[in-house]
Amino acid sequence: MIASMEEVLQRPEKRRTGPIVAQLKGVSKNYGEVRALRDVTLDVHAGEVVSVLGPNGAGKTTAVKLLLGLAGANAGVVNVFGGDPRNPKNRLRTGAMLQVARVPETLRVKEHVDLFSSYYPKPLPLVETLEAAGLTEIANRKFGDLSGGQKQRVLFALAICGDPDLIFLDEPTVGLDVEARRVLWEEIRKLVSRGKTVLLTTHYLQEADALADRVVVINKGEIIAQGTPAEIKSRTAGKQIRCVSSLPVASVCSIPGVLEVRAERDGIVISTTVPDDVLRELFLRDSRLAGIEVISAGLEEAFLALTQDNSLTQNDPKSNEVMQ
Amino acid sequence: MSAASGVLSQPVLERSIGHTATIYAKEAKYEFLKLLRLPIYSLSTILFPVMFYVLFGLLLNRGHEQNGVIVAAYLIATYGTFGVMGASLFGFGAGLAGERGLGWLQVKRASPMPPSAYFAAKTIVCMAFSAIIVLILLTLGFVFGGVHLALAQTLKLIGTLVLGAGTFCAMGMAIGYFAGPTSAPAIVNLLYLPISFASGLWIPSDMLPHFLQRLGPFLPPYHLGQLALGVVGVPTTGSALGHWQALAGFALISLGIARIGFQRDEGKSFG
Repeated sequence: MIASMEEVLQRPEKRRTGPIVAQLKGVSKNYGEVRALRDVTLDVHAGEVVSVLGPNGAGKTTAVKLLLGLAGANAGVVNVFGGDPRNPKNRLRTGAMLQVARVPETLRVKEHVDLFSSYYPKPLPLVETLEAAGLTEIANRKFGDLSGGQKQRVLFALAICGDPDLIFLDEPTVGLDVEARRVLWEEIRKLVSRGKTVLLTTHYLQEADALADRVVVINKGEIIAQGTPAEIKSRTAGKQIRCVSSLPVASVCSIPGVLEVRAERDGIVISTTVPDDVLRELFLRDSRLAGIEVISAGLEEAFLALTQDNSLTQNDPKSNEVMQ
Repeated sequence: MSAASGVLSQPVLERSIGHTATIYAKEAKYEFLKLLRLPIYSLSTILFPVMFYVLFGLLLNRGHEQNGVIVAAYLIATYGTFGVMGASLFGFGAGLAGERGLGWLQVKRASPMPPSAYFAAKTIVCMAFSAIIVLILLTLGFVFGGVHLALAQTLKLIGTLVLGAGTFCAMGMAIGYFAGPTSAPAIVNLLYLPISFASGLWIPSDMLPHFLQRLGPFLPPYHLGQLALGVVGVPTTGSALGHWQALAGFALISLGIARIGFQRDEGKSFG
């Protein structure tokens, strides 16, 4: 699942030293009865890639909408480059890629880019934007004739054409195949290498893992964890022990430090933060313990654990389904 | 985890007037290209009034007169009004409903585009299509219908109908903010065919049943129709100023409704 571990390890850890370019301070947002965000505080520093991670309906898109001035907060302060993003003039240094069901299909790729470039004081030259988004060969195609991946690249081009310093990407690779996703990731990395700040929302865990300096996990309108991808992983059930044991599940569950036990194929998977202690106890209780494997929990496991109301259930059949 | 640095603030960037004008011009240009390349819009809004005009104005009622004016001239005014209304209600109303309902308007609003440029472009383009329709009707009337209008009269007719399109743009905006992307074209059809009929755009008002005649003044196209008929020399009821006031009133009411829809949208869009 997490194919990009190597890339993660190779990426230098960034310190959050740049000035804050976008900020939510104690922000709440309600849509009628629905409390989309509850007292959320989030700083985005210049030059970092922040990934807002959460299940559908968690409030990710709401956070982006507030930062783009598409909606006003019910409480708290929204600040982008020192101003209220609801004023279009305060958006001259930001670009956005949003989820959109339909883009005017009769305009050509270069026409869409030309129009959006005109909104900015110092846009990239058209040729450069098309090149950066990999659209040069299809610049004269009408939007309606493009494939899904090409359409996403046009939306990406609209986000970067103004050469903005801060770029919001709302679920940028949703619906893309693996190859198209990799291409877009490359484009995003190029932006970062040019010193741009990126805030991206995603529910693809490997996307956050592959791109972000910092992950903000959001669930039911609240930030439940934040840190580097590595920190987030270590914050939760850090390790998993796979083994084949003849012990009854209840007995394994009673071992101190065991958070969760799941049946998997012919063995069991034990989630724990103290694998050494648990293993010692397992050997004591089961002399025929076999097939032992200790693995680090991926971001996916961490994420699931974090979003399940922080209550790790023991041998819960439902969580078992989710994992598979 | 503590952040030592403060919030970066910067002076608000200002656009020059020239840059702002460029944005408006490009917005209008691409709005025009977008609709021109959309046959369901460009063909139907232009072809319908033109087809009706050719059929009823040039073929069936050749040489006939209506209210002291040859039918070919009379129908330029009424089908012109009909065409202007269609171009604006579909161009603005259905266009906005689609772009709003399917997320495109949000992408535009997230950009630094001045919001007024979006609405100005739609208005300008609806007016441009209105002008095209009126020019085609006039050309057909002059060449095949034996219509004679003085230059001043011709220009006044074009000006009246194009300016009148503004009211229908405002109505379109109200529809666009309340109708869904798929229902908007149906709603526009349901609205504009009956009110065209009741406003005397198909059959002269004084030949309509009494209750429809009394309904006319409550409908915007009636007033634009009367203004256009006045220009081609048909004796009309009411003063030109009164009709313009009525059109302005309908426009203001529509903008008020659109504003309610806009605010409703603001509170609802959820994701």
